[in-house]
Amino acid sequence: MNVLVYMVPIALGLGLTGLFGFLWALRSGQYSDVDGAALRVLSDDDIEK
Amino acid sequence: MTAEAFDISLYAKPAGDGLLDMELAVDGIACGACIGKIEGAMKRLPGVTEARVNYTNRRLHVAWSEGVFKPSQILTALEGIGYSGHPFVPLRAEQEEAAEARRLTRCLAVAGFAAMNVMLMSVSVWSGNVTDITPETRDFFHWASALIALPAAAYAGRPFFESAWRGIRTRNLNMNVPISLGVILALGMSVVETANHAEHAYYDSALMLLFFLLCGRTLDHEMRRKTRAVAGNIAALKGETAHRFDGDELVRVPVAAVRAGDRLLVKAGERVPSDGMVQSGNSEVDESVITGETARRKVTAGATVYAGSMNMIGSLTLLVTAGGTATLVDEIEKLLEKAAGAKSQAMRLADRAARVYAPVVHLTAALTCAGWLIAGASVHDAIVTAIAVLIITCPCALALAIPAVQVVASGALFRARLILNSGDAIERLAEADTVVFDKTGTLTLPEPRVVNAAEVEPALLETAARVALSSHHPLAVALSREASQRRPFDAAIEEPGAGVRCLIGTSEARLGGATFCGIVDPPKQEPGLSYIYFSHEGRSAAFAISQRLRSDAVDVVQSLKALGFDIHILSGDRNDAVAPVARALGVTAWGAELKPADKITLIEDLKAQGRRVLMVGDGLNDAPALASAYVSLSPIDAADVTQAQADAVFLGEKLAPVLDAIVISRRARRLMKENLWLAVIYNAIAVPVAIAGLVTPLIAALAMSGSSLLVTLNALRAYRGRVIPKSGNRFSDKITRNEVSQS
Repeated sequence: MNVLVYMVPIALGLGLTGLFGFLWALRSGQYSDVDGAALRVLSDDDIEK
Repeated sequence: MTAEAFDISLYAKPAGDGLLDMELAVDGIACGACIGKIEGAMKRLPGVTEARVNYTNRRLHVAWSEGVFKPSQILTALEGIGYSGHPFVPLRAEQEEAAEARRLTRCLAVAGFAAMNVMLMSVSVWSGNVTDITPETRDFFHWASALIALPAAAYAGRPFFESAWRGIRTRNLNMNVPISLGVILALGMSVVETANHAEHAYYDSALMLLFFLLCGRTLDHEMRRKTRAVAGNIAALKGETAHRFDGDELVRVPVAAVRAGDRLLVKAGERVPSDGMVQSGNSEVDESVITGETARRKVTAGATVYAGSMNMIGSLTLLVTAGGTATLVDEIEKLLEKAAGAKSQAMRLADRAARVYAPVVHLTAALTCAGWLIAGASVHDAIVTAIAVLIITCPCALALAIPAVQVVASGALFRARLILNSGDAIERLAEADTVVFDKTGTLTLPEPRVVNAAEVEPALLETAARVALSSHHPLAVALSREASQRRPFDAAIEEPGAGVRCLIGTSEARLGGATFCGIVDPPKQEPGLSYIYFSHEGRSAAFAISQRLRSDAVDVVQSLKALGFDIHILSGDRNDAVAPVARALGVTAWGAELKPADKITLIEDLKAQGRRVLMVGDGLNDAPALASAYVSLSPIDAADVTQAQADAVFLGEKLAPVLDAIVISRRARRLMKENLWLAVIYNAIAVPVAIAGLVTPLIAALAMSGSSLLVTLNALRAYRGRVIPKSGNRFSDKITRNEVSQS
């Protein structure tokens, strides 16, 4: 069962990465316009012609 | 008006580095392509560094270098591509709610993360306990759980702990007290048990409880924020502006920029933007928004006019007086203060439940502890069992029972075109048994309409209405609302004080007074109506203009009566204007020529009879009455002060939202009660199990999630189905920002 000693912290670390990722996304305003984001992805005005 | 400069620099806020930024509500954003179109147009303006459309709440944020162009050019650019925008400053309440929503979401994220990870370890322990887990491994898992759970609960539980603490300090027991107590005891006991190498720990229960509750709260908050944003846009897009004299030059400014001492020009057909004293000019003003009185008042130099009244016939020059000095507004504010002080605070269902629930549960836990001690159990076992009782009766289901319904019901209300102002409006709406309507602007449309349209030949009406589009005269404006094609005739000439004439094909059409139209023998005029005449190709018509009932007013009032409501009309208007309305609606209890104070007195009388009064009103004179009523609604066109008093605001031309509000709220209240009973039944089953000392963490987790799921699913029924059968397509059309321009 010694494997748990490092597997559990690794699992937790991964989980925390996800949590901080979410908190970062929230702070940088990525959830402030969810409907718009769904539509922006369809526009291709960022492609150089 | 286009020649006149529009100064909106008030709304441009410095953003550092010589940049200015501005927030605009934009009308007409309908699809994804609009985003690119608007942002593109903004970026083509020189000096614009950032332009970002928020599609969710139809707003545009622009930042540009100071001094490159006038802020009003942003509006011009928007108009150039077919959108109308109006700058606005987000309301304080909206900003605070946004901050609170972010905080709740952060708490939710932390609680979710912790609950999932702790559950991972708990499941390992549960399966280990029935197989061959070593005590060392179990302790390791328990300590790891504690490491996650304690900081997470301390962070994510704050919204509940803070509210519970406030409740305890003010001796006002709310639902958060048992929640906080349950969480703290569960965690505390788990730590003690872990230190004693025990088999069971309840970290997962505490975190799951927090997670479920935060889900409910976050959703509730989001819903309120969404409706608040729509309300903010509608208010901004009304775009109330004033013509201000800067020296001799006339500048159009937002009403918010008007200060005492400014001189304003109010043209015929415009609303008076601010309280003030007339310096020059003669006109008549329609003060129905303020007093409910539809008869006009003559004003000349020296007279006082109030913000919101309609200037009917001539231009006025106004000296703005400081806000609040106007006697009428003063009186209303005094009444408002009094009414707000006298308002009986309705106790919310959740708090009432908490008041019964908390003592019962805590007493049960204490008795359990005592019982086990008497029965000879050890002190440790007795306390553990007592805490298990507290955990299993955790108010999860109970605390979710009401917010879940609230979220779903406010969604349903939003679809029915109602925007909630206060959190407990749903419960109070459901309890109302008497409806008091104001007349002007509430039962009738806020703008005057042609009342005899059905008697006029449709083609003639259409032509007349299109001719009317070329005039700013209030009667012509009313007539022009009948035009199905909103396209004025090209060659129309307005003769001030007389009317409009224009060449259609080869013959001349005339719209205006009877003599101007060459009508020698005009039909008899009825009192209370204003007339405008039209002649074209030898045919002529007289249009009677007056306040018209909302199209579904009769149906709604009948339906309300059928639901057993007592209907009253309290109006500030004259007797002979109210009587026909009351007759048309079949309402016998009505009062006319009432001052704001009289309305309050009458509502207080009804309250003294034990009635729960729903007041529906729009005028400034209704504001105190709205505040003193048990619950209140107002249409979106209502005066600002009045809207702020209302518990909910409804959109559109129809009165149906009033009925929908009651039907949806009643259903929601029924579901809230059902949910509370479900929670009680769940407890009735769970508590004996807990008292017997048979609750393992596994059972606790299953029971808790199960009951939460049950009440949430039950709450979803508040959204299902139609509100009333003959609703037509009212529910298919969403609230659009276009409505603002129509209303």
